Amino acid sequence: MAVATEQQILDGLAEIIDEIVGIDKSEVTPEKNFIDDLDIDSLSMVEIAVAAQDRFGVEIPDDELRNLKSVQDVINFVQKLQS
Amino acid sequence: MSKSQTRVVVTGLGATTPLGGDLPSTWSALLAGESGIRSLDWEGVEDLPVRFAATLKVDPAEVMPKQSLRRLDRNQAIALIAAREAWTSAGFAPAVSNKTMRNEEPAGVPGGFVVDGERLGVVVSSGIGGLHTALNSYEVFREQGWSRVSPFTVPMLMPNGASGHVGIEFGATAGSHALVSACASSGEAVGYAIDMIRAGRADVVICGGTESCIHPLQMASFGRMRAMSTRNEEPARASRPYDKNRDGFVLGEGAAMLILESEEHARARGARVHGIAAGCGYSNDAYDIVLPDPSGGGQAKAMQRALADAGLKPEDIVHINAHATSTPSGDVAELNSIKAGLGEEAAAKVVITATKSMTGHLLGGAGALESVFTILALRDGLVPAVANLEDLDDEVDLDIVRDEPRKLADGPAAALNNSFGFGGHNVSVAFQRAL
Repeated sequence: MAVATEQQILDGLAEIIDEIVGIDKSEVTPEKNFIDDLDIDSLSMVEIAVAAQDRFGVEIPDDELRNLKSVQDVINFVQKLQS
Repeated sequence: MSKSQTRVVVTGLGATTPLGGDLPSTWSALLAGESGIRSLDWEGVEDLPVRFAATLKVDPAEVMPKQSLRRLDRNQAIALIAAREAWTSAGFAPAVSNKTMRNEEPAGVPGGFVVDGERLGVVVSSGIGGLHTALNSYEVFREQGWSRVSPFTVPMLMPNGASGHVGIEFGATAGSHALVSACASSGEAVGYAIDMIRAGRADVVICGGTESCIHPLQMASFGRMRAMSTRNEEPARASRPYDKNRDGFVLGEGAAMLILESEEHARARGARVHGIAAGCGYSNDAYDIVLPDPSGGGQAKAMQRALADAGLKPEDIVHINAHATSTPSGDVAELNSIKAGLGEEAAAKVVITATKSMTGHLLGGAGALESVFTILALRDGLVPAVANLEDLDDEVDLDIVRDEPRKLADGPAAALNNSFGFGGHNVSVAFQRAL
């Protein structure tokens, strides 16, 4: 898989979040915290992580998932693994 | 009058069934004698012994966003749909602590009565629980591995999931319960709700039942028991209680909910009262895990105990919505129990119907749905006719409604709704007309 740009990861993540929990794509911006800002519960985060793994071709271990608190955290994590 | 002075009334009703996506459409279809039973179009259905069922008229996906349905088993989704209708019909405002599914409008009447969550209880039953979830998740597990199993699998398959979701959505903190007793489950839910209010634990209780387990495994398992009708060529004519040619029950899915309320609470807010939830009687056959006690003594006792709990006499009963699932032995055995329970003279005056002839058998949803029908029959003075009753069984010697709905006389009237379940559970709920 080609390395995705920050914008591509953001767009992909926003689509996944809309599909799973129904949050409008425009609300998913880098500074947003999944729990505090987007009100996503922990079980939905597990689903989102699985979908993100498929989409970006990276593995997100459960231990790591706990540290991915914001949209930017995920973008950074995916970019680091893809490069 | 029963031992407790608290009278319990019915102030809200809702349902989604094989006959309609809400209660008004269900009730009018029932009075019109329509059937909710149809052929299944599954892949591989030709290998099953039974190839039809009473599937929902309106699929939950038509009224609920896909994001909500990802985290709800089908039985839980329809429980919420029916509970929302009941809540709104009771004239309640959207719940103060409402935590409805994201992107869904909270149910309720703007400017309606604000229910105190601390005084609000929930009793929602399912006989089977999240069978679809359990089986679908196992398929995902086998095909894609454990990491692809939905993290919502456990809350979706647990049989108390529907009760939990209804409690969350309406902020009911007085207590949330899920009685599981097969096909008697939601009759018991109504009975338990009455007791919650009598005991002073709640002023308002959302109670009812839900079931959705129309799956090849169920068609195979019930089919192996020889319990289901195999009239595959004529699904709409398959459920025919009291008819000579009945050959078993028809599996159905759906949910029905009632809002029960202490009379004092309902009167104080000027609520519309559909009927009185007068009492409930229970018994256990302690005989066999699936067969009813052939003496019928347990069923008769449940009816007698319902009368005693409601402070009613046998001659007060004008109508019974029978359990009557269209099995060769069960239908007539129940009529004998009615005679034993009420006495021959009183039993002869009761107008009996069997609405499973049109809705199929909702298992854990049956007791609540048929309680709703019983309340409407008393309220509107109209008992739906049994469908497909063409050739009355010679052993039937009570008054079964045939061909068209039967009018009930005005004035004081009481009725029973019977539900019996695998395991030996017998429950009879007593209702009275609100005058």
